[in-house]
Amino acid sequence: MESSSSFSRSSFSASPNTGLDQQPKLTVTQLVQLEVEEKVAQIYRVLNGVSPHAQSLMSELWRDKHVEFLTRGLEQLGPSYHVLDANRPWLCYWILHSIALLGEPLDPELENNVADFLSHCEDKDGGYGGGPGQLPHLATTYAAVNTLITLGSENALSSINRDNLYKFLLRMKDSSGAFRMHDAGEIDVRASYTAISVASILNILDHELAKDVGNYILRCQTYEGGIAGEPGSEAHGGYTFCGLATMILINEADRLDLSSLLDWVAFRQGVEGGFQGRTNKLVDGCYSFWQGGVLALMQRLLLIVDKQLMPSSDNGESSSIGSTCSIKSSDLVGQGSGKLSDIGFHFVKIYAESVPLFHSIALQQYILLCSQVLEGGFKDKPGKYRDFYHSCYCLSGLSVSQYSWWKDAGASPLPTAVLGPYCNLLEPIHPLYNVVLDRYHKSFDFFSTS
Amino acid sequence: MSSSSSDDDDRIPFSRRPEWSDVRPVPQDDGPHPIVPIAYRDDFRETMDYFRAVYIADERSRRALDLTTEAIGMNPGNYTVWHFRRLVLEALNVDLHEERDFINQIAIRNSKNYQIWHHRRWVAENLGPEAADKELEFTKSILALDAKNYHAWSHRQWILLSLGGWEKELDYCCKLLEDDIFNNSAWNQRYFVITKSPVLGGLQAMRDSEVSYTVEAILANPQNESPWRYLRGLYKGDTDLLVSDNQVSDVCLKVLKTNLNYTFALSLLLDLLSYGFQPSDELKTVIEALRKTEPDSSDANLATTICSLLETVDPMRSNYWAWRKNNLPFQVC
Repeated sequence: MESSSSFSRSSFSASPNTGLDQQPKLTVTQLVQLEVEEKVAQIYRVLNGVSPHAQSLMSELWRDKHVEFLTRGLEQLGPSYHVLDANRPWLCYWILHSIALLGEPLDPELENNVADFLSHCEDKDGGYGGGPGQLPHLATTYAAVNTLITLGSENALSSINRDNLYKFLLRMKDSSGAFRMHDAGEIDVRASYTAISVASILNILDHELAKDVGNYILRCQTYEGGIAGEPGSEAHGGYTFCGLATMILINEADRLDLSSLLDWVAFRQGVEGGFQGRTNKLVDGCYSFWQGGVLALMQRLLLIVDKQLMPSSDNGESSSIGSTCSIKSSDLVGQGSGKLSDIGFHFVKIYAESVPLFHSIALQQYILLCSQVLEGGFKDKPGKYRDFYHSCYCLSGLSVSQYSWWKDAGASPLPTAVLGPYCNLLEPIHPLYNVVLDRYHKSFDFFSTS
Repeated sequence: MSSSSSDDDDRIPFSRRPEWSDVRPVPQDDGPHPIVPIAYRDDFRETMDYFRAVYIADERSRRALDLTTEAIGMNPGNYTVWHFRRLVLEALNVDLHEERDFINQIAIRNSKNYQIWHHRRWVAENLGPEAADKELEFTKSILALDAKNYHAWSHRQWILLSLGGWEKELDYCCKLLEDDIFNNSAWNQRYFVITKSPVLGGLQAMRDSEVSYTVEAILANPQNESPWRYLRGLYKGDTDLLVSDNQVSDVCLKVLKTNLNYTFALSLLLDLLSYGFQPSDELKTVIEALRKTEPDSSDANLATTICSLLETVDPMRSNYWAWRKNNLPFQVC
């Protein structure tokens, strides 16, 4: 597919002096934005100046290099990684989810070693810590559980003590309904998402865990439309993904103001093709997933947006949820069994009726040309260094955009949906949990029967 | 990644410190086949081995406190160490003013770390309202280095809500917006102050003056998204007022007439029309004129025309505008 030509006008450059009020000089926000735009424009100028064949080559995903970079990280990390010593399940997830997205098989012995290592991070009273012997923490619990589901072996799936995990989740629940990251830890939207995501995917989500979480998330939706980390804070891509996914998983997405959320997230895609995390901030490859993922979720919620746009339901009050005229997510996901844990299963069965609501080719172009590191791995933006976090979320975002036109699970995406050679195509993910889709289905079968 | 401690060369290993001679260090149990193993430096490994020993023994002592200071200096992201430190501080009844000085030093170098800010909140909560001024000063110093630091803003909001200090907050927002009118975090803080401050009277009381301020900001930089979103926010939960207040449609009209960067003006107008706004003849004429500059659009009504215009002037979002066009509320079509 040909490259995007939308890199045409700057969103930030100051108006010429014909403006109503002359700007004496550019502000910090404008200056750093222009610097990034210039770097990205240089890359795209080169792209647009070469033959279609060379363009395709420039847009290639360097699979072998990525696998090499990722695999090396699993085996050994340098001394400077001591700052991530309380994030080792995250390192496992970032690396193994990336490898799974690339469709690369894993050596069975390595699989067993990962499951064994994570069991050393599991607390005897439930939940996983950032390393062996550390306090259990919701974020590293999410990372550990997603890693084990990504491994997919019976050994890996059965290693999770779900009874204890459930008790841990209940202990982390605050009286307000929101969750704390760890014993006496901070309360924020990440904590709610990681708790609910883990409970849902392990088939232990019930009304006691879900109670009042929605009230907390609602308080975090800002006047801009996106969701903040805490009530009052600024709308932010990472928290918007976490908040929206949580609301869908507990079947309360219709309580959010979805049309303003959609408008906010649509505007986060910048002239570079990638996404920024907040209004007037710089593009960053990791938001390819956080914001791109929000758009993938929104694509399946458009019936609710439609409903909210009708003036009759626009009475400001969101407390009319239970009323007969409002659409619940479960109505969209077919026959809800009434079981909260099944929502994720039904949700992924809806194929979006609309085209993607963002520029999926421009996003792929940013990921492949501006975030991809030819020696392997991905980075935030030109001029930065690669790391495992950005590798995971650039690849996740790439997958989301490649499948954003996908209508039929039985068929592959059309070549026009994939920028560069078709062999760039990654595995599809489950957009609520961010695990590779077939691993999700395998775990769903496992946990619904065990 | 910063070096693990500032005085590496003078460091005496725990194994050679007499006051630690009674403690047997506890190595990390990674199992037989560690994954993502980190090649720890000796000082880091040893410090964590001793930390595990006191943590498991739950030894809430002065030397345990000093040990957590060293461990945090090496890795301020270790939430277990921070958590244990709080238990020790409580047990020893330490003066938390000292603790605040300690965090000041760590935070300057690690201003994007969740643990430090959570710890700081705990300290401030224990110190009570007397801590408000110092905390506001501290966040100000962090925001002077990075005016969009997310944690610093969250902390500042928590301080205001829990300990007070609202009096000069609107002035502070004005100052930051004067420095950089594109700073969306400062706009967000402004919204927080307008809606939450007990000294200002709330959104309704402030709306008129805020609308004037925002309109001025928009006219100075129509390409700045922040004030456009802020303007909508000033009417949150009251779309009738948004639609009926002429100041809102007027600013759209003014920006459209300048013929520069009118994406946000069109986008706001589209929302107004969706909510039932009746456009003036002048507005219709201006949009009709814009339509003529864009070929092949023969749309049935103003809202569809605006969507078509947006598809052209805002190609990154052409799919979104096409979707909006196909999903306009029925009474607009």
